[in-house]
This record gives sequence, structure tokens and C-alpha cells, in this order.
Amino acid sequence: MTQLILFNLFNGLIIGAFYALMALGLSLILNLSGVINFAHGGFLAIGAYLAYTLTPYVGFWGALAIAPFLTAVLGLIVERVLIRRLYGRDPLYSLLLTFGLAFILEDGTRYIWGPQTLPFSVPDWLSSPLSSQFFFLTGYRLFMVGLVVAAVAALFLILSRTRLGMRIRAGTLDLETVSTLGVNVRVLRTLNFGLGIYLAGLAGVLAAGMLGLQPTIGSALIMPSFVAIIVGGLGSLPGTLLGGLLIGVTAGVTTVFVPSASEAVIYVMMGLVLLVRPRGLLGEEGRF
Amino acid sequence: MEMSPKRGANILIWAVLLTMPYWINWIGGYTSLGSRVMVLALAAMSLNFLLGFTGVLSFGHAAYFGLGVYGMGLTIKYLVPSTVAGTAVGVVAGAAAAAVIGLLIVRLRGIYFAMATIAFGQVFYFIAYRWNTVTGGDDGLSGWHRQPIDLGFAAWDILGSDRAFYYWVLVCFAGATGIMAALLHSPFGRTLLAIRENERRARFLGIPVDRHIWLSWMISCFFVSLAGTLYALLNNFADPHDLRWDQSGDFVIMAVLGGMRAFWGPLIGAAIFVVLQDYVSSQTQNWMSFIGLFFVLVVVFFPRGVLGILHRPSSR
Repeated sequence: MTQLILFNLFNGLIIGAFYALMALGLSLILNLSGVINFAHGGFLAIGAYLAYTLTPYVGFWGALAIAPFLTAVLGLIVERVLIRRLYGRDPLYSLLLTFGLAFILEDGTRYIWGPQTLPFSVPDWLSSPLSSQFFFLTGYRLFMVGLVVAAVAALFLILSRTRLGMRIRAGTLDLETVSTLGVNVRVLRTLNFGLGIYLAGLAGVLAAGMLGLQPTIGSALIMPSFVAIIVGGLGSLPGTLLGGLLIGVTAGVTTVFVPSASEAVIYVMMGLVLLVRPRGLLGEEGRF
Repeated sequence: MEMSPKRGANILIWAVLLTMPYWINWIGGYTSLGSRVMVLALAAMSLNFLLGFTGVLSFGHAAYFGLGVYGMGLTIKYLVPSTVAGTAVGVVAGAAAAAVIGLLIVRLRGIYFAMATIAFGQVFYFIAYRWNTVTGGDDGLSGWHRQPIDLGFAAWDILGSDRAFYYWVLVCFAGATGIMAALLHSPFGRTLLAIRENERRARFLGIPVDRHIWLSWMISCFFVSLAGTLYALLNNFADPHDLRWDQSGDFVIMAVLGGMRAFWGPLIGAAIFVVLQDYVSSQTQNWMSFIGLFFVLVVVFFPRGVLGILHRPSSR
């Protein structure tokens, strides 16, 4: 029993890290541009499939390095052509637009790579269990956790130490003032969007190694990311990270006791958080 | 007496709706397609009560629509074989869920509200999807069909005749839209418009804004679950996808496409959307891309909707 709980706890932590990675990208875009990017899951799927296509040529590590980057480039194009028009308009329109994009991306992946589940191979030494007693501790899972930690650390470093990060944080608080100070807000928003989509692509490669490839991989992961953002508090990136980990662990532990409720339980949790603390765990009062 | 254009449009719309089963076959449609338009139009108009006339964006109305669908299906299959009882259970289930969730989210605004509605909508999807033994899970709830309505002196055979069913939908549609129109013309409805135009000013005037938004949300969800019950009857089937987020998006695009500032806008939007979807899904496997592209085109080129463009000169 202890082992079962430990297994699901660990599993939940991995899933949670994953939700957090995806939700952080969503949060970045939401905070600076006020756009809920419904197509985030679609970009995740693109990242995953690109990695699949690239692996035979450049290997797993090459794919891990290149696929998220290519996904981000696609994101930049989409931002410049479509999403840019909708800044400052009613959020209704960007929601509808990204909603349509989500359809196109999901159907596009199905069209290009086919509807069936594809296997995605990770290096052998990563996929074998490390210990016979704790069979669930495969190298790949540990590697995933490590990579998510590294990615999150890098993101927070970029945001706190670089000029770009400083501008993104300032723009999140008061875009107008940042613009008056001579920062090109259009470019800032585009780069920020690209950064968010890069995280989605990275999450996609990791998801491919763990869950296998399906065109619906993105739409299955996007709802928990929304929940993670709300639980953690809109406007707060550390909150989003915390929210992702929390709902992952909650879902994992619930799997032990009531497997069929493992999806619904995170929404119950969101309801409780909104009841007690409508701004979310680490959200600022009065921002949204 | 001079007839105003508005009155003329109302007469035209009702004339079209009343006679539709008698001419829809001539223009290449079929009666059930007409019923489908009406049902989804009712859902989109209910959503628009909140979206267009209170200024609150909900992206999760499929949940309450779906509760209507499953309320109807489960009642007829397991409880009593009665369409009227199913309708009652469906709307009560939808309204009760909306009441509880409404209390949780009524203090949120803008994107935050929209996101919370999306996320909460998924709970019911997962329940329908996972609770195999009762709801049929992913396969949906089948093995039941709509029941003739007992009027006391005669039976209204909505099962045997598509045309009879169309008129049952029309009766529900007329009742629901009549009530919504009356509410919008009442002082309560004017207050909702005031909140839409300037929430802060409305609050300073002493209007209890949160309570009004909650009431508007309840009215909207109540009628969307009524539409759900009709949708269940139309298909004789309950599908878990009826309460998924893509369904919510469909309602929003119908409202926007028709024109969300006009009362009849969502009806026009629903008609265009349903006919287009019917056509595209019969022509190609990749209908999802077409629908997605359609969303993008509407947002980029047509954000005011059909009636919004027609109304432009008098809109201010």
C-alpha cells in the first residue's frame, strides 16, 4: 500500500510538473497580452510530432533541442499574422480565434501524421527502471523532473535577470508606462508569445516520451493547465507553478483511492480554492 | 399605423419559423435540420442573454446544455417514460448546477470569469465520460427515445412525426425567447444593460452588480439546459461531447456570427453555422479544420456579426 501511494505520489508530481510547464507558458501570454491561448495544446502536439519526425535524423537529444524551437517559430508566425490584431480588443475575440486555431492544429497533426497512436522512443538507458523495488523510478521520469526543474529555473532566471525578462515583468504590471518609456511593446509581446510557445513545445517532447503520440494529446492536457492557473492565482507565475504541482499530486493520490474521480477531483479543488480565496493561492488582490 | 422595421422583422422571423417544415425540403434541407437550427439557436440566444446583454463572457455553457441532455435521457431511460418529466429534470439539474457554480464565480470578471467557466464546465464532461454504468461513458446514452406528449384530450406524436417534433421545439423556443425578450424590456433587463455599458457606474448607482450578474447567469443557464433537453429529444441520444468545451465554443461563435448585440442575432448565427457544419461534415473528413478556419475568419473579418453590420447606422 505504501508503495502504491508512493508510486502515485511520484506519478502525480511528474504529471504536475508537466501541467506546470504548460501552464507557465499560458500564464506568460495571459499576463502580458490578456490572451487565453486555447491553441496552446495544439502547439504542444506540434512540438511532440516534430520531435518524432526529427528523431531518426538527429536523435532524441537533437530533437529535444530543435523541436521546441521550431514550435516557437510557428508560434511567432501565428502571433504576427493573427493574434496581434486582437490585442486590446474584447478577450472574447482572442478566445474564439485561438479556439479555432486549436481545431486547425489538432486536425492538421491528424492529417499529416495520421490518427493512430505512434510510439516515441527514448534512449534505452533512460527507459529502464533504476531499482527493482521501486519499479516506477525509470530514468526517463527522473530525467523529466530534472528537465522541468531546469526549464523552470531558466525561465525565472530570464525573467528576473535579463533585460527582456525585466520588460516582460514590467509590461505585465503596466504596459502603457513601459511603452511610454520607449520599449517596443509589439516586439515585446511577440517575443513573450514565442517564449510561451517554446515551453509548450518542450512539454510536448516530454509528453511524447511518456504518453505516446496522439493528435488529441494537447486537448487532453490543456484543461488541467487552466485549473493550475486558477488554483495558483491569475497573474502570478510562482502561483501557476505551485498550482500545477498541487493538482498533479492531488490527482495522483486520488487515483489510489477512487480511480474514476482522478480527473474530476482537480475541479473540486478549484471550486474550494475559489470559495475560500477567489484570487487563487498566490494571486494578487484586485488584479483580475 | 406605421409599421416599424423592428416589428416587421419580428413578423417575418415568426412567419419563417412557423412555416419552415412546409418549404424546407424544397430548398434542399430536411425537417430535422430545421429543428436542429432552432434548438442550437435557443442555446445561443440563452448564452447571449449573458454575453450580449449583460456583457459577461461564459465559455462553459455546454455544461448546462449537457445536463439538460443527460437529464432528459436518464429520466426517460431509467425513471419515467415521459418527455415532460424529462424536461423538468433536465432544466432543474442544469439550473441547480448553475446556481452553485454561479455563487463560486460571480465575483470574478472578464477573462478570469471566462476561464473559470471553461474549467468548471469540464467536471460534468468527466462525470458523463467516466460513470460508465449510468451514463454509458464514451459511447453515450442510447436505448431510449422521445415519448409522445399527452395533452389530456389527444396525444402529440412527436416521436412518429418529425414535423410534430419541430412544432414541439418551436413551442419551447417561443416560450423561452418570449420570456427572455420580456425580461430584457423590464427594468431588470435595463439594469443588465447598464452593467454591460459601465459596471463601475452601475455599482455607484447602488445596483447590486454581483446579484444581477448571478441572476442573469441563472436565467441564461436555465434556458440553455432547456435547449439541452430538446437536443436530447432531437437525437434520441446523449453524447458526452454535448457537454465538452468545443460545444461551448460553438455557442459563442453562433452568437458572435449572428451579432451579439441584436436579440435575433444568435438565431441567424445558428442557422449559418448548422447548415455549414451539416454540409462540410458530409463533404470532407477534415471538417474540424474548416470549422476552425471559419472561427478565425469570423473573428478577423466579421467580428460584429451579420446583424451588427446591418444595424451599424443606428447602433449608437
